[in-house]
Order: sequence, then C-alpha cells, then structure tokens
Amino acid sequence: MSKAHVYKRDHINTDEIIPARYLNTDDRAELARHCLEDLDKDFVKKVKKGDCIVAGEDFGCGSSREHAVWAICGVGVQTVIAKTFARIFYRNAIDNGFYVIELPKQIDKISDGDELAIDFKAGLIKNETTGIDIKFAPLPDFALEIINDGGLLEHIKKGATD
Amino acid sequence: MSMTITEKILAKAAGKKTIKAGELVNANIDIVMCHDVTTPPAISMLAKHGIDKVFDPEKIIVTPDHFQPAKDIKSAELHKRLDEWAKRQNIKHYYKLGRAGVCHALLPEQGHIRPGDCIVGGDSHTCTYGAFAAFSTGIGSTDLAAAIATGQLWFKVPASIKFVLNGSLPKGIYSKDVIIAVITRIGVDGALYKAMEFTGPALAKMSMEARMTITNMAIEAGAKNGVIGFDDVTKQYLDEHLKEKTDYTVYESDKDAEYESVEEFDCSKLEPMVALPHLPGNGVPIGQCAGKVMDQAYIGSCTNGRIEDLRIAAEIFKGKKVAIRTIVVPATPVIWKQAMDEGLFDIFYAAGCVVSAPTCGACLGGFMGILAQGEKCVSTTNRNFVGRMGHPKSEVYLASPATTAASAVEGKLTDPRKYM
Repeated sequence: MSKAHVYKRDHINTDEIIPARYLNTDDRAELARHCLEDLDKDFVKKVKKGDCIVAGEDFGCGSSREHAVWAICGVGVQTVIAKTFARIFYRNAIDNGFYVIELPKQIDKISDGDELAIDFKAGLIKNETTGIDIKFAPLPDFALEIINDGGLLEHIKKGATD
Repeated sequence: MSMTITEKILAKAAGKKTIKAGELVNANIDIVMCHDVTTPPAISMLAKHGIDKVFDPEKIIVTPDHFQPAKDIKSAELHKRLDEWAKRQNIKHYYKLGRAGVCHALLPEQGHIRPGDCIVGGDSHTCTYGAFAAFSTGIGSTDLAAAIATGQLWFKVPASIKFVLNGSLPKGIYSKDVIIAVITRIGVDGALYKAMEFTGPALAKMSMEARMTITNMAIEAGAKNGVIGFDDVTKQYLDEHLKEKTDYTVYESDKDAEYESVEEFDCSKLEPMVALPHLPGNGVPIGQCAGKVMDQAYIGSCTNGRIEDLRIAAEIFKGKKVAIRTIVVPATPVIWKQAMDEGLFDIFYAAGCVVSAPTCGACLGGFMGILAQGEKCVSTTNRNFVGRMGHPKSEVYLASPATTAASAVEGKLTDPRKYM
C-alpha cells in the first residue's frame, strides 16, 4: 500500500525538490534529508517507504539536476504520479529505473492521504480509500526495458554483453 | 520528405536520411559539455560500472562553473573529483580556474559550438547552443555518463513550434524582453518536449549574444531544444571564434516543413518585460510593476553575462550611483578582461557595484549574492522559482540587463528607457 502525498500545484520545480544549497553533494542519503524542503519542509518527516507523491502539470521543471530524482528515490518514494512531467526529470527518472506515472485526466481522484495499490504492469491504480480504480497508460516499451534492467547504464551494459 | 532543422540534424546524427517527429533515434553526439555539479556524479556512476574511459577526449568539454572558485569544502571535493578525472582521461579542452567560465557563454566563445552538431550537456540551459543552427539539449547525470562512455544517446525527435519575431526591437527593448514575452504567452510548459525554432526579421538583426539569450531560455518553456537558422551573423561569429575544426554543415528547415504551430510576435510593440516571482512565464510590461522596491541587482549568468550585456548595463551606470547591492558577474575570463580593457570596471566601481569572478554563483542560489528572507532581487538570470537565489521567502524578478541596471540605480523596478 502506498500513501499519497498530494501537492496539487503545477510546475513543482527542481529548486523546490532539492534546493541548490544542497547541490554541493551527490550523497543520496544526504539529498534525501532535504527532499521537497522548499515546497513542504515537513515532507521528510511525514513520508514513509513506499509512499507516493501526487502533483499537477510539469512536475520537475527547471534544472537538469538528477539530484531531484535521487532525493525522491532516497526517501523511499515508490513513484511520482503527475498530470505531466518536465522532460529532463522524466528522462532522469527512467534512467534511474524509477517508474513515474503520467495521469493527465484523473489526478483529482486521488486525495492527500489516500492509500493506493499500484500495479505498474497492468497500468492500474486502485484507490483503496475511495474504492475507485484509475487506469494509466504504461510507459513505452523502450522505457520499460531500461527500467527493468535497473537503469540506463545497466541497460547499456546488458546490451553490450547480450 | 520535408523536415525541420531539428529533424535534419537529428537525422544526420542518427545516420538516417529522413526522420519525423515522434520517432525514437539513437544519435551520435558531437560535443558533451561537463561542469562541476552534474559531472562528478556521472564519473562515480561510470566508476561503479567499471568504465574508466571516454568515447573521445577531444569531444568532451569540461569547465567548473556553478560553484567555482570552490565555495565550501563539499564543492571543493566536487572540483577535485572533476579535476582528477579530466586529467586521467586526457580531456583536451579542460578549462581550469582562470580560464573556466559559465559553460554556455564559454563554449561558443572558445569555438566549440558548430552548426549542424548534436550537442548535449549536463545542464538544462545547454539549449543555448541552438542559436548556432545546432541541436543542443540538457541532460542529467546518468545520460551524461552514457554520453561520455558511448558518444551516443537515444532521443525522441521533438515536434517543432515556429516563433516568428516580426518588426524590429524599439530602443530599450532587448532579446531578454522578447523571450520573457514569448514564455509568458505560451506558458512555462508551452513547448514541453518540443523544439522552439526562432526566425523572423527582428531576430535577423540580433547579435549572436542576443540570440543566445533567446535559445538559452527555451527550457523555461519546457522545450527540448531551441534553434535558430544560420545566417551572416552566425557566420561572422564563427569566423571569429572557431579555432581548430572550422568546417561545418549548415542545415535549414524546408519551406514546407511541418510545425505543430506557428506563433507570430510583433517585436515593435514590446515594452521592457519583467518576469515576476515565481515563474519565468509571469512576465508583465515594466509599466505594471515599476516602483517595486528591490534589495539587490544581479547582472550575469549564461543568459545575460556576456560582454554586450555588461556594456548595456555600464551605459546606464555611467555617472550614476546604485541605490542597492549590485553584483556584476562577467560570464567568462575573456569577457572579464574585455570589460576591464573597455573601462567598464571603472564605471561599475564608480557606480558602487561589485564585480565578481566568472561563476554561475547566485543565479542558482549557489553563493556570491544569496538573498535573505523577504529580500527581492532584480536579475538578468533565467529562473525565479521559489528559493532560487536563496531563502525560500526571497523573490527574484527577471529582466534585461538594461532594466536591471536602471532598477539598481533607483533601488526599485525601473523603465530603462528614461536613462537612454
């Protein structure tokens, strides 16, 4: 089960996800301690392993800093569900083997604190709190291959030895 | 089949005759830009995977810029990792402190950007180089590691939106005002995943410096790349800056190339623009925000830290004093020296500004001008997100170098045309 932390705003950017004052390190545990700090300073206290972040349009816009993905993965977030994603963040997520869900229309069916069961293969989010099933379009095959291999570098390495 | 310039360059990079938007391609990379924040993690990833080689030490350009000179122990460690790796890999173009500069100003200036090239960099503003009729996009550290090791990356070919900049810029209006107006019209995700192709008579009259300000901010509309076709202005800049490899291939969009949409702008009617907190798309004409009291002015960055920008600011500062803290950051050592030789430093000093070493510095809230709680900064930079230049409750107002300089003089947002 995955608890939803809902931030309805659009354009939640990489400066809010991991402020530049922490970019002097790429230590993922340290980055995780500051995840979403400038958006919600209590997020790291509330979040538990396996939870998910739910947001509006253009999540992760701004900088190319992969530190944003590392911070989110680092606190144990299972996935980010957003109406749309900024392209570099989206690519960074896939490169890290981190499955993010694009949900352009039905995001309002998830409220803060809802418990979700997510079936990535089937493309289905079961909202256990409301009883509503939400379908999503699974990632395209090439992205799934990268994720299933554990990330882009693992994928490249596998390709080289196959 | 007709293609856009973006499609043609990606087709060439992928070794294909034709491609179309939406297609996935594996592209050969001509130039990889590496800096001090995103490259050290990429180096660690490569080490973790047992890869201690680069695809071509002549095609990887390295410059520390974000936190240089090192601002603290941790950033010094990043620089150390970058330095050891660059030396071990015999990176040919490694710009160390003294020659290092803000990457997107440095690479074109040092002749590393050529038309027709497929360029990636571990920085979102890598889209800047599209001003030279190249395909150029920003990537994260994992992609960077892959590009460094293999010289290849996969891309989904973006659809293009054409922006026609009509008319001519009135006095006191600059390319920064144009791009803020463009982003304000289409929104900060108005070009998400797309190529922004700029054209038109107003653009034709702009210098390469001014054009780079426009492609630099394509990412602020969510774009994958910004691109401008080749012309005599491009050629002249390249004639003056290319050093080793002086040959290049010019690609241009076919007349009947397919665009997702075409946006027309009448630049003759533009006012000086200010992007209010906290999005680059929150642009308003100066008339709607003049008088807002500021605490700091910042002139620099990959958006507006080039010599032309410093000249514009100096022209306004001449014979005047600034009313607020004003930080001037020449983007590269060459620009720094040029500004000194031209006497601009004397003007900045007399006006009460401070001139810093080339660095990204406070643009991203790194150092050299961080804002306290509640402070407001008028800035020539590219982003005004929450906490971008310091405290989460500080505010950044994006503007041209002219508007920023005029606002520094009055201590409040000011129409620069009164000083021209």
